[in-house]
Amino acid sequence: MSLIFIAIVLVVVVGFIASLILSYASRVFAVQEDETFLALRAELPGANCGGCGFAGCDDYGHALVNDPDNVPCTKCSVGGPSVAEKLAAILGKDAGAMEKTAARVLCQGNSENCKPLYNYTDMTSCKAAKSLFGGSKACPHACLGLGDCVKACEYNAIHVVNGVARVFEDNCVSCSACVKACPQHVIEIKPVKSLVTVLCSNTQKGGDVMKECKTGCIGCMKCQKVCPKDAITVENFLSKIDVEKCVSCGLCAKECPTGAILNTRVIKKPAAKPTEEPAA
Amino acid sequence: MDFTKIIIIIISMVLVNNYPLAQFLGICPFLGVSKDLESSKGMGIAVTFVMVLATAATWPIQQLMNRFGIGYLQTVVFILVIAALVQLVEMFMKKSMPSLYSSLGIFLPLITTNCAVLGVCISNIDDGLNYFESLIQAFGAGIGFLFAMVIMAGVRSKLEDQSRIPESFRGVPIVLVTAAILSLSFMGFNGMFS
Repeated sequence: MSLIFIAIVLVVVVGFIASLILSYASRVFAVQEDETFLALRAELPGANCGGCGFAGCDDYGHALVNDPDNVPCTKCSVGGPSVAEKLAAILGKDAGAMEKTAARVLCQGNSENCKPLYNYTDMTSCKAAKSLFGGSKACPHACLGLGDCVKACEYNAIHVVNGVARVFEDNCVSCSACVKACPQHVIEIKPVKSLVTVLCSNTQKGGDVMKECKTGCIGCMKCQKVCPKDAITVENFLSKIDVEKCVSCGLCAKECPTGAILNTRVIKKPAAKPTEEPAA
Repeated sequence: MDFTKIIIIIISMVLVNNYPLAQFLGICPFLGVSKDLESSKGMGIAVTFVMVLATAATWPIQQLMNRFGIGYLQTVVFILVIAALVQLVEMFMKKSMPSLYSSLGIFLPLITTNCAVLGVCISNIDDGLNYFESLIQAFGAGIGFLFAMVIMAGVRSKLEDQSRIPESFRGVPIVLVTAAILSLSFMGFNGMFS
């Protein structure tokens, strides 16, 4: 009986001493957290994704407190404009226009447009397919459509449609997980409001592209000539639209002989048909 | 203090009696945190630090308990003391070494429940080492843990592309197989010292 008693007393005493020391230490070593920081931190989503360029929500919060003039409130892509407004309200400054961005797959090489290189039947991973002759599609820069990006996406925002990945911009928080996962590097983060995009990543010469894909950019320079804002440059036989200069007039999309430039404004209107909700 | 004895203690703890790979203590962080090199380094260093500190605190407590004839309660008391100690260290680091805290911070609370820390404290007592030798042994055990973590992280980085692994082996099974083969190789050091 006394054995149990000794054990109980000892544990209680040790625990009591430890708790005394700890409670004293917590007062001595208390770190004063800025009230502003606590308020900011409460508004941040807490995903700690690092999308803002800081090492997590805490770090971003501290950066906002320490240097509010140079660190913009609009860095949090997960929270989007609503969080930016709240952050700005706490810091007492103007949020500025936050542009919603989303990932975009720069390839239209679906099973109709892009020729297959061979019949790929192995495991469904773009990385694995790429290790076999650079992928199963004739175009070496094509989206392989095996869904590495789909697996990387935590927001159910990207899906493979007819052999090419497509982003549902409403779900996309531009966390760049798909951009990093894509072995072909055909996914880029673009502002949602830029409606006209060159949906091709092929840097080969025009003739080669023609053989591989119906909708590849052949580097014909027609878009560059027609653009009224000088927003288009053609480099390595691939047209690029500067989203800062582009006003989404759509002239280049009309001019493009292969349809590599897509104007989503044209498509969006009749696209009232509901995008198929994939099973979660 | 015999210099060769220090060397023997350290080599024995790092290679022969390596905690995760030969004594199977501290397996949970060994498998859980060894995904990438940076965090496994952080965990290894934090464990080394806590092991030395815990030994420094528990060895005198054991002597005190022996004096009152209650040495058999070491497990219970040690767990309490280590948990309190880790909390204390965490607070201290948060205040005075914020940069070290932010790099080790996540791992420190995890270490509270690391059986290797308790294991090294108890084995120091069981081996009948004096205070200084105990500290050396704790340090060696920590280095051995760090060593195993870094090797494991290195091997696991080679396994990152899971497409080359048979489907039924992907994920945890291949990690356990890796750990088993590593452990086999460390068994080769058995009998280095008699």
